[in-house]
Amino acid sequence: MFLLKLVLRNAFRHRLRTFLTVTGLAVAVLAYGMLQTVVDAWYAGAAAASATRLVTRSAISLAVWLPASYEARIRGMEGVKRVARSNWFGGVYQEPKNFFPQFAVSDNYLDLYPEFVLTEAERAAWLRDRKGCLVGRQLADKFGFKVGDVLPIRGTIYPGTWEFVIRGVFDGAEPGKVTNHLLFHWDYLNETMRKAKRRADAVGVYIVGIDDIDSAAAIAVNIDAEFRNSLAETLTESEQAFQLGFVAMSDQIIAAIRIVSYVVILIILAVMANTMAMSARERTSEYATLKAIGFGPRFLALLILGESLLICALGGALGMALTLPAAAFFKTVAAIFPIFAVSGGTLLAQAACALAVALTAAIVPAARAARVRIVDGLRAIA
Amino acid sequence: MPEPLVEIRHLAKSYTRGGQVVPVLSDITLDIHPGDFTALMGPSGSGKTTLLNLIAGIDKPDAGVLRVEGVDIGALGERELADWRATHVGFIFQFYNLIPVLTAFENVELPLILTGLSRAERRERVELTLSVVGLADRMKHYPNELSGGQQQRVAIARAVVGDPTLIVADEPTGDLDRVSAADILAMMQRLNRELGKTIIMVTHDLNAAKAAKTIIHLEKGELLVPA
Amino acid sequence: MAIPLSYVARNLWTRRLTTTLTAGGLALVVFVFATVLMLDAGLKRTLVGTGEHDNVIAIRKGAETEIQSGITRIQASVIETHPAIATGPDSRPLVSKETVVLISLRKAGAQKPSNVIIRGVSATGLALRPQVKLVAGRMFSPGASEIVVGGAIARGFDNTRIGDKLNFAQRDWTVVGTFDAGSSGFDSEIWGDVDQLMQAFRRTAFSSMVLRLADSDRLDQMRADFDADPRLTSELKRERTFYSDQSRALSTFINVLGLTLTTVFSIGAMLGAMITMYAAVSNRVSEIGTLRALGFRRANVLVAFLVEALLLGLVGGLAGLAAAALMQFASFSTTNFQTFADLSFRFVLTPQIAAQTLAFSLVMGLVGGFLPALRAARLEIVEALRAA
Repeated sequence: MFLLKLVLRNAFRHRLRTFLTVTGLAVAVLAYGMLQTVVDAWYAGAAAASATRLVTRSAISLAVWLPASYEARIRGMEGVKRVARSNWFGGVYQEPKNFFPQFAVSDNYLDLYPEFVLTEAERAAWLRDRKGCLVGRQLADKFGFKVGDVLPIRGTIYPGTWEFVIRGVFDGAEPGKVTNHLLFHWDYLNETMRKAKRRADAVGVYIVGIDDIDSAAAIAVNIDAEFRNSLAETLTESEQAFQLGFVAMSDQIIAAIRIVSYVVILIILAVMANTMAMSARERTSEYATLKAIGFGPRFLALLILGESLLICALGGALGMALTLPAAAFFKTVAAIFPIFAVSGGTLLAQAACALAVALTAAIVPAARAARVRIVDGLRAIA
Repeated sequence: MPEPLVEIRHLAKSYTRGGQVVPVLSDITLDIHPGDFTALMGPSGSGKTTLLNLIAGIDKPDAGVLRVEGVDIGALGERELADWRATHVGFIFQFYNLIPVLTAFENVELPLILTGLSRAERRERVELTLSVVGLADRMKHYPNELSGGQQQRVAIARAVVGDPTLIVADEPTGDLDRVSAADILAMMQRLNRELGKTIIMVTHDLNAAKAAKTIIHLEKGELLVPA
Repeated sequence: MAIPLSYVARNLWTRRLTTTLTAGGLALVVFVFATVLMLDAGLKRTLVGTGEHDNVIAIRKGAETEIQSGITRIQASVIETHPAIATGPDSRPLVSKETVVLISLRKAGAQKPSNVIIRGVSATGLALRPQVKLVAGRMFSPGASEIVVGGAIARGFDNTRIGDKLNFAQRDWTVVGTFDAGSSGFDSEIWGDVDQLMQAFRRTAFSSMVLRLADSDRLDQMRADFDADPRLTSELKRERTFYSDQSRALSTFINVLGLTLTTVFSIGAMLGAMITMYAAVSNRVSEIGTLRALGFRRANVLVAFLVEALLLGLVGGLAGLAAAALMQFASFSTTNFQTFADLSFRFVLTPQIAAQTLAFSLVMGLVGGFLPALRAARLEIVEALRAA
């Protein structure tokens, strides 16, 4: 169609200008996509939570212990199927930048986490060895750990150098499950603490497995009621709420990242609006000529809008196409986030941004061109 | 005497420039008949281009009546005026005003896009018109590949391809050398004599004006030689 | 003879819309750049500025934060007898035995609570930290369930005005005063009586000790003495170093994120500047031809367009910097990754940051305008004049 032909020809009239604009758009859309993916990655832990697990911890803060004696009482409560213990160990492997999570857990911990799979032989080997530990597949791959290796870990919360023997490597039941942590025996931690005459029988959090998801809230309330006014009051919440609590600690940073991702769109909008305005102004006499011949204001508006859409579509598509490889690259180079995947929602948002920029950048030039008085336009020098 | 093609009665037009109202045309009364080749002459600021613009329907008068083929074009709305122009007026400008991204063929085709003609029908007309102006071999060239004279010939082709009632030309030879100018004027004379086209031309060049059948003088917005 | 500056400036003014949009894009990038630098400076000021030069902190070996650390009462008594410690006016050693715990408090307007440091201090604790000044109410009375809160806590969290009660460790604690700790980390803490807090949290050991050195150079000797003593498992750090180390991860994160973002953004803005300058050149081709015909040289033309690009950068830079300066009225608080506690800090604009920011902006303009300026300089006079 004629309109399309003219749009195409006009868009590539100034090849350098169009190239620069498309590049700028691609960079902006890519940056936006990466930033949104960073925000998503932060929430990944909450996304992996299960509705069948509750987390019970001290009502004062996560840094305060709960007595080990609570376990039996929690297990006896209605709706509770299984209770496991978990203490954050927080040790250092060789140097701080090799950080990975380590948990001292009760022997039944894996029963609560069916999403991690372990061969029967390895499970049995771990249960037999009190200094044994299990490592996730991603962790093992990263450092080249193998079953039988001895891992020295320097404790920070629990002082001294601890040695664990790897007895098994667990995988995620589905691809995309994060397996970058280490599990060892809570009993081993506890007896070591007791021997050193330090605080013993202190649990970090209880993981509570329930049957009926709908009664999760009621069970949580019951657990906390049980321990109210005792020496160690508890706070029980769903695993997802627990994970979101961590995210909320950095919520200002996350908000800042979100804001910045929109700033980049604003920057490119300024560039695009400028390009469209310049191009339209340079062609004023052409628009006037077309009008004189009999083409209407709507035709001219569509001409400019079409050009803007075309350029933004090219830049947007390029940016979107680059996002996936860029995310993969970022994940290997800067392994801060165990999960770093570009979601479909992000891709959709990128497309929407490109569209929004196209429309917004074209509004003023399109309106001007539609309204230009023929006699003024003919007199205009580009 | 056949019915006038263009009837102008007491036409007036002023512009507002920086808050001031500047009258450009006052009380113009004029007839143009089918087959006329009229030159509008006058010093700069005389209002000749404004008058041309009004007749061509690309500007609206402040007062007076302007009828073309019986239709009061001053009363038409903007969309109707655009449609009217598409079928009734052909334009020739001083700086050719060709669309740089379209070939000679496509530039000439422009007015036909607005009609309901099929692609084949348009092609036929364009090729015909381009051969009339002697540029059949340059159809696929872009304006920047053509000389000034050739570009103006493409513009003329564009002006006549739709078989309009009226052809308006604003300083058609203003940007051309003497030889090309003579060439263009000769072509316009042929269009007038052989194809019976009514042409109104604005010019400040007496030589160009002499190519026309009638010369009308304007000064300070008024006709010096009433029709 | 050089092309006058007024010619350059007027050209920018004539095409106001284009100038505004291009400078606007540059300003946004500059704003992000400056804000990140200011945030990091604010973080550094808070953590580097926390503590006194002559104060030393004793924590358990291997612990990275006071929360992870423990010093038994016996160890504390041994430590406080060391001769290198200064004595106060009452001839007692200037030592504060402290307990540090995290409690959950809700920020004003937030749904989820944050972790806040609560520090049990002794009477000397305040004396050891002259940068902490009580600005409202009074200090807590020893033996009472009373607390004083830092300025950032009073401003940012629910329920922390004088007279409010916070409930934790099974007691109600009354807020009796507010202190101002400048921009140091202490401003994000709550302080109470060390004995009361240890009782409430049922602790038998202190978290850390703060000592004032009589002679700042005797730190190494003190360290050697501690290492030699089998009863002690503590290490010593200068107070300032200790707190600044605790911000390293957060600071690195902010810097890396900020720098990456700014680099990417600057590409977009420079492309914008390039587009604008190319258009400026192509629109003024005949003008350039005229100037050259008049006698101006290629170098003059190059410089004129470079100056135009620099001016664009300058305008964008000043606008972005002005907007960033406004951020000084905002405060930023987030959980410090290393201590796991909420830390509040501000955006700090130093003359150095202002200079860096403007330089960055000028460079963006220069890089964006270089190729177009080169094109303008390389035009042939005859072609340029013909292209009217």
